[in-house]
Amino acid sequence: MASKLSFFFKKLLRGLFKKRKKLKLGLYGPPNGGKTTLANRICKDWLGEEMGIVSGIAHETREIQVKEEVIIKNKAGRELKFNLVDTPGIATKIDYEDFLKSGMKEKKAKERAKEATKGVIDAIKWLDDMDAVIVVLDSTIDPYSQVNITIIGNLQARKIPVLIVGNKTDLRKADLKKLQAAFPQYEVIGISAKYGKNIEELYDSMFKLV
Amino acid sequence: MLSFQFVPYSEIRSLDSDQRIRKLLRLVKSHNIILINGKLKSKEEAELIRITMESINKDFKGIEIGSIEPKKVNKIKQGLMRLLFNEGEGFTIIGPATVIKEIKQNPGKLQLYMQETKKSRKRK
Repeated sequence: MASKLSFFFKKLLRGLFKKRKKLKLGLYGPPNGGKTTLANRICKDWLGEEMGIVSGIAHETREIQVKEEVIIKNKAGRELKFNLVDTPGIATKIDYEDFLKSGMKEKKAKERAKEATKGVIDAIKWLDDMDAVIVVLDSTIDPYSQVNITIIGNLQARKIPVLIVGNKTDLRKADLKKLQAAFPQYEVIGISAKYGKNIEELYDSMFKLV
Repeated sequence: MLSFQFVPYSEIRSLDSDQRIRKLLRLVKSHNIILINGKLKSKEEAELIRITMESINKDFKGIEIGSIEPKKVNKIKQGLMRLLFNEGEGFTIIGPATVIKEIKQNPGKLQLYMQETKKSRKRK
């Protein structure tokens, strides 16, 4: 009897804990890989509204953005509920002069650079809080960069499940095979977040991820 | 003046992670490209990026870092080599971003691209 009661209370506590804990799904990657474009795609598909501003200039997202209670469904009718965390791109260098080249005024460029450094720091700090991460990489760019390796290595070290997305497959220069060769131990899915290409496959893989 | 500095891993092995990162960053900020016969742990790399971001100012724009790992060989043999010759695994290059434009790291080689100056063009 006592053991049955103990089992019941354990199950009850586990159930309560499960309900309270919100799954955090992070979008990580270097700047301009398309993290916010993907976040917008997911939010638009399932919530009917976008999440953040997208631009061609690096470090557009300079603050962590969280969209709570995103619920996606698969063909079998299963639901996946999570908080979507869009993070600033991780970089090893930030030079305000790079922003000047895109036509920004000096004062604004300096401000943006300062905010971008803080964004990188925050993105790194938030790594510990993630339950699963989609690493968003630009499939037209050489994947063998230390930033990519550092992000994936850190997720591996923290035992956080990882899914790699090769974004921008709508572009002619996209090379998904190179991406798969660089990270053979992970599932790599090619998508175009901008046009929604292959997005269903990504949603299916998200169920497997968590 | 820019200089290359070899940092034997044995010189930083006994330091804790924070000391190790700060020592390397101090060298890079003093206009050195450093070559280490070993690799930082993933968490140390992230910490290096974090501290680098905190250090960015008008003179210091950040770092470029690249590393290569040797192909997986016998773990016992690797451990023995490390014990006998005090060697780390792989190589790491870290330099100031004002000097190094990019480090390309195809699995077997590291390529350093320097920032273009008035006198020089791209070099490998």
